Amino acid sequence: MKKGIELHQLVINLMFVLLSVLMVMPFALVVAVSLTKESAIIANGFQFIPARISMDAYRYILESPDIIVRAYGVTTLVTAIGTAVGLFVTALTAYVISRRDYRYNRITTFYVFFTMLFSGGLVPAYILITQYLHMKDTLFALILPILLSPFNIMVMKGFMSKLPFEIVESAKMDGAREFKVFFAIILPLSKPALATLGLLIAFVYWNDWFNAMLYIDNPKLVPLQLLLVRILNSIEFLTTNSEFTQSLAIDLSQFPNNSARMAIAVLAGGPMMIVFPFFQRFFVKGLTVGSLKG
Amino acid sequence: MQEEVHSIAGADAADSVGPKSKQGPLRRELQLFARNRELFLLSVPGLLYKLIFAYLPMVGLIVAFKNYRYDKGIFGSGWVGFDNFKYLFTSDVAWRITRNTVLYNAGYMLLTTCCALLLAVLLNEARTKWTKFYQTALFLPHFLSWVLVGYIVYAFLNHGDGFLNRMLISLGMKPISWYQDSGPWPFILPIVHLWKAVGFSTLIYFAGIMGINSDYYEAARIDGATKLQMALRITVPLLSPLIVILLILSIGGMFRGDFGLHYFIPNNSGFIFPTTDVIDTYVYRALREVGNVSMSAAAGLYQSVVGLVLVLLSNGIVRKINPEHSLW
Repeated sequence: MKKGIELHQLVINLMFVLLSVLMVMPFALVVAVSLTKESAIIANGFQFIPARISMDAYRYILESPDIIVRAYGVTTLVTAIGTAVGLFVTALTAYVISRRDYRYNRITTFYVFFTMLFSGGLVPAYILITQYLHMKDTLFALILPILLSPFNIMVMKGFMSKLPFEIVESAKMDGAREFKVFFAIILPLSKPALATLGLLIAFVYWNDWFNAMLYIDNPKLVPLQLLLVRILNSIEFLTTNSEFTQSLAIDLSQFPNNSARMAIAVLAGGPMMIVFPFFQRFFVKGLTVGSLKG
Repeated sequence: MQEEVHSIAGADAADSVGPKSKQGPLRRELQLFARNRELFLLSVPGLLYKLIFAYLPMVGLIVAFKNYRYDKGIFGSGWVGFDNFKYLFTSDVAWRITRNTVLYNAGYMLLTTCCALLLAVLLNEARTKWTKFYQTALFLPHFLSWVLVGYIVYAFLNHGDGFLNRMLISLGMKPISWYQDSGPWPFILPIVHLWKAVGFSTLIYFAGIMGINSDYYEAARIDGATKLQMALRITVPLLSPLIVILLILSIGGMFRGDFGLHYFIPNNSGFIFPTTDVIDTYVYRALREVGNVSMSAAAGLYQSVVGLVLVLLSNGIVRKINPEHSLW
């Protein structure tokens, strides 16, 4: 009996080991290509085990790192501001609709929830932001369109409506104003939900390429993900981009085109692939932190 | 309605606003507003944001009925009635993008849900110190943006150097022009989607299984139930609220194509639009690459309206069957 159980657990574990390897393999291919000498790629194609290892691609990129450093700067700035402001407004709105004694509770909830069900879509938003708000080529265009997610508000509301209401009541008895109640009582009590949602919001900002694709042309404002889009879209990006080539007087025929593209993908995506998994449990908690149904 | 308003929102003003007061209704409403003023002020940033970035664009949907010109603006452009829709639905584009969007989403939904449930049950059976490691490995692709996934897929599918083609050649087969052949894409896209999404769903279901009272399994074990019976008769039924909520969310999103997946993974290659183009990629191209703003808006409006109907329908059906499982 005991042996049978061990056997079936062994099989399951073996299957999971195999599956885990399969899941991670695609990453390994990109890293491997970025470390392969260009001549070996031309001869053998992309391989998991480089025929000739070389750091040329990284050397080329890191010799003039301006573009990547700037892209990291833009992304970091947008993520920091967007997360701070977005989280704060999410908490404000969620708190107001979590208050059952608020007279406009239901209509406000509907007002927020409806935007989850129906939207104007891409075109009106694009016209609004470019033609009326004149935000093209500004950081606002990267921050504002995804500032406030109705889904996050609902999750936050779910969490806040479970907080003991008596605390609010007694604070009001003592003459505290709503602002004071929110900042001094509700925000500190909501720290677990704020941490989870803050991480989710930061994740969305960090990985957003859509708004950059729509609204950013100015090379100085290109965030990481847009840089990746441009390189993916044009094989010739590196060889035609003056910042990379002219300053170094690179011989174009020697230029590590394929490996350099993969190296940029590693440099741009790698650090977060190491950071995010540490917060893995928050990503799952995001859905359950306040039950969906309010 | 007024009875619901507890007095703590403004205890000082409560006495003057009873039902017996002889003031006009407008005056009373104003006084009620004054009581709730502070909370209202707290909600103003959110309300304003949604007004500008969610509700104004809804008004802007009228461009779908106009011939939009950038120099004339939304209100200056001329009306064309339903011409944009007529054009959209008489071309074969509307059918193509609708079919692709719905079929792909249905496929993703079924594939991910089934695989994730299976993996979650198995993960629960595995129970070793390795479980954490498996979870991380499954979850890893979730952290990638679609752009980065595009690089990974490119490394496999690139015509000249791609891993798959080189392998085909070494096996004595002909290489395939992946980005020009629309045939394999109905398989490639679901595989890529599954790879990226399965970890997240698995972990959610796994968390759900961890929350199931172990007494059920104990009782089943005493009655001599097999592992399979326990999974089918205990785990799946107890997870069904979670499954249903996730299914409603994805049925509601059935008309919302995954732009990132369908734009970056096929590398926006025109040859394979027949099997990769979805509503969202069409809307984007019509707006940014073709420059047909009104047509793009018409497709977008079509998507939003059908999407809304789908959410309402699916929630309504679920509420009929089991009210506790519905979203609202």
